[in-house]
Amino acid sequence: MSGRLATEVAIVGGGLVGCSAALHFAHRKVPCVLLEAGRCGSQASGVNFGGVRRQGRALAELPLAERARRMWSRMDRLVGHDCEFRPTGHLRLARDEREMAELERWAKEAARFGIAVELSGAAALRARWPWLGAGLAGGSFCPDDGQANPRLACPLFRRAAAAAGAEIREGERVHAIERGPRGFVLGTEKGLEIEARVLVNAAGAWGSAIAALLGDELPSEAIAPNMAVSEPLPFRIEPGLGTAGPGVYLRQLPSGSVIFGGGRGVVDLARMRCRPLLESTLATLAQVCAIVPELARALVIRSWAGIEGKTPDDLPVIGASAKVRDLWHAFGFSGHGFMLAPAVGAVIVELVLDGHSPTSLKGLEPVRFAEPVPAPG
Amino acid sequence: MKGAPIVVVVGAGPAGVAAARRLAEAGLRPIVLDSGPEPGGRIWRNTGSGAQGLPRLPGHDPERGRHERARFVEWRERIAFYPETTVIDVTRGRLWALASSGEVDSTPWDRLIVATGALDRVVPVPGWTLPGVVTLGGAQTALKTRGCAVGRRIAFFGTGPLLYLAAAQHLAAGVEVAVVGDTSRLRDAVAAAPDLLADPARLRLGLRCLRMLRRAGVPVLRGVRGARIEGRKTVEAIVLERRRAFWRFSCDAVATGFGLVPQTQILDLLDVPFTLEETSGLWLPLLDRAGRTSIPGVYAAGDGARPLGAEAAAMAGERAALALLEDEGSRIDAGRVAQLETTLARHERFARALARAFPHPRVLEAEIADETVVCRCENVTAGDLRRAVRELDARDVSEAKAFTRCGMGRCQGRLCGLSAARILAAIRNVRLAEAGRLRSQAPVLPMPVAARRVPAEDAA
Ligand SMILES: Cc1cc2nc3c(=O)[nH]c(=O)nc-3n(C[C@H](O)[C@H](O)[C@H](O)COP(=O)(O)OP(=O)(O)OC[C@H]3O[C@@H](n4cnc5c(N)ncnc54)[C@H](O)[C@@H]3O)c2cc1C
Repeated sequence: MSGRLATEVAIVGGGLVGCSAALHFAHRKVPCVLLEAGRCGSQASGVNFGGVRRQGRALAELPLAERARRMWSRMDRLVGHDCEFRPTGHLRLARDEREMAELERWAKEAARFGIAVELSGAAALRARWPWLGAGLAGGSFCPDDGQANPRLACPLFRRAAAAAGAEIREGERVHAIERGPRGFVLGTEKGLEIEARVLVNAAGAWGSAIAALLGDELPSEAIAPNMAVSEPLPFRIEPGLGTAGPGVYLRQLPSGSVIFGGGRGVVDLARMRCRPLLESTLATLAQVCAIVPELARALVIRSWAGIEGKTPDDLPVIGASAKVRDLWHAFGFSGHGFMLAPAVGAVIVELVLDGHSPTSLKGLEPVRFAEPVPAPG
Repeated sequence: MKGAPIVVVVGAGPAGVAAARRLAEAGLRPIVLDSGPEPGGRIWRNTGSGAQGLPRLPGHDPERGRHERARFVEWRERIAFYPETTVIDVTRGRLWALASSGEVDSTPWDRLIVATGALDRVVPVPGWTLPGVVTLGGAQTALKTRGCAVGRRIAFFGTGPLLYLAAAQHLAAGVEVAVVGDTSRLRDAVAAAPDLLADPARLRLGLRCLRMLRRAGVPVLRGVRGARIEGRKTVEAIVLERRRAFWRFSCDAVATGFGLVPQTQILDLLDVPFTLEETSGLWLPLLDRAGRTSIPGVYAAGDGARPLGAEAAAMAGERAALALLEDEGSRIDAGRVAQLETTLARHERFARALARAFPHPRVLEAEIADETVVCRCENVTAGDLRRAVRELDARDVSEAKAFTRCGMGRCQGRLCGLSAARILAAIRNVRLAEAGRLRSQAPVLPMPVAARRVPAEDAA
């Protein structure tokens, strides 16, 4: 749609991060326009694995993850629906002693953030979850982690944001951004122009391209985590599962289907499309059979992939641009931003409007990628 | 020098078999893959010994099937036939197939003929998920291959020539037919009659079936506006609504079908463009007259591209093979091409006449009651779909699928996708095309978690 709009805040990207930011701006009665190339949640936020876990995260993410976890329990109040969030617990598995050592290290560190996990050795693990395969070295169970339905979360946030007064423009791909006298001027492919004082870059895998339009170079590459799902199965795998090292993750839906993740598909960033790779699916399934042997007899009915931005240190880029005033980044979640997204939106709004947030972003801010200032002498 | 191209034919029904034979004749040694144990597809499949002693069924010619399969076997030396091999994924230049051993292998291809056939189309009605409700094709297969019927007293409900054929075949086999309920009206058939003469043999067969049913005193209800299948644990009766009157027929099985849906997943995975045929509501791959898609090296033929029946499928298969040979730079027999195209055009005329004689019951589909299950795999009702539109602004079937799980189950929307689109279009008050279609994702058919990759031999 062509035309011109003036607003206080423009948000580029209607994933869960952008929609949550829009909702929180609207709660604070700040005029905002969200621009989404397709439909809200049509990219990573709508097709991800749906894991809502703190376990295994880098410590820098834990303050944000703690806050997000509290929000997941209150989704009903935030968006009028629980997003099918279920605190099923998350079980992280060690396949060898090295991975077991990693579980122990993480447990110790996380305790400092008040996160308690239950460590088990090989025997205790299989006694508690008898459907696990032999050959695992041990596991770490985080009882308060859980899972939610990614296909619903983003449309629910969009609906809540729109109801609270945010303006959501779908089918509008931003292709030009310039600095204007009153902040930023954004242009979309269809000819819409938006003038805004503040710009929030929540463009997911396209976040670095949006930043680059303003000369802010931030490193991120596009990846496509690969997923598959089985037909409904009669038995129950209660917690979400994942391996400590790179490997596979899986969870069972209330319908009985089991979702598997692992490996990567292929991305076409320009066309905003991706597809799964059968080779990745098969490699994942082979590992699944070792972890939960009973699954070997099940049938896989579908596979898919989603496009995600990955940074060099596997941590998101969240906070004020180190180069451009009033530009705020929140992208590059490197495969684990679904769980964080509700809190990311809230924190960005606090930073923009209040200048500070009770939630620390230390280690996540864009400044870590700013070019080092040459040492004097 | 460039070696011979790798040519793969997917599907060994009439279309695939005819294509493969023509390619073999030209010395190309095609690879033919089929998930069944033998060539022949749905129509010429081996009826086995179970069906011995079955009386002659109208429109069923086991001799012909035997003959076609034998002809195919004669070509064994020149065709690499892989039975029980299911294509599960394809990209441009490579495809992956699952063998019955559970092993997945891949092969590169230069040219691909997709001849994957069609499935029965169903329209959800209350009670259609009860045990004892089967598709017309399912009922026929049970009869032809195992010599046993799906019930002792079967009601037939739907529309299309197969409705009458299947009912008459069951009658001939000594099964009681409770009723034939057709959603099309007699006047539709009368209006289409002149064009149905395009294929006098099939018209005669249809009339013969109708006569058989009448003579046996089977009630034939036309212009059915609604249906409900009743039963506590299994089918006990079907209630048909016509001219605001309700007719109840007790039965222990219902065979239902509304024409055929082409199995187009492979073409879809290759990004072949599709177009909506408004009258039928089917999304069909865009093809030229010879069966070429717009993707270089990809051809489609048979019911998997356009449901025109077995005879037409064989011709379309041969026509596609000739197109492929021509694209490879071979000289082809122009006379044969003209002959095939003329006959195929006649089949298409006949198919259009059939579509007028047995129009798809759009209203029945659009007005499915809220509490009726549309997606049986995931137990999603018409009301769930409408709620996804009202509450989450689902715009098309893909979004409705994401929000409600409709079409996410074992059949991947192959059964419910078209009905879901009609329901969505109706409640959003938009054209059917805007409701879109469900896109295919690998695996094309369900694949065991235990599936194992065999190491690729060729350099990928
Ligand atoms: C398959 C998969 C599995 C995952 N599993 C998990 C998990 O289990 N747990 C977890 O916590 N995280 C998981 N993640 C990661 C998580 O999905 C993402 O980190 C998160 O959704 C990112 O949200 P986002 O809003 O930043 O990005 P997105 O949802 O990708 O949203 C970005 C939006 O920006 C839009 N956009 C881009 N460019 C433009 C433009 N120029 N103009 C307008 N709009 C534009 C896009 O269309 C898109 O909708 C997974 C990711 C994938 C892909």
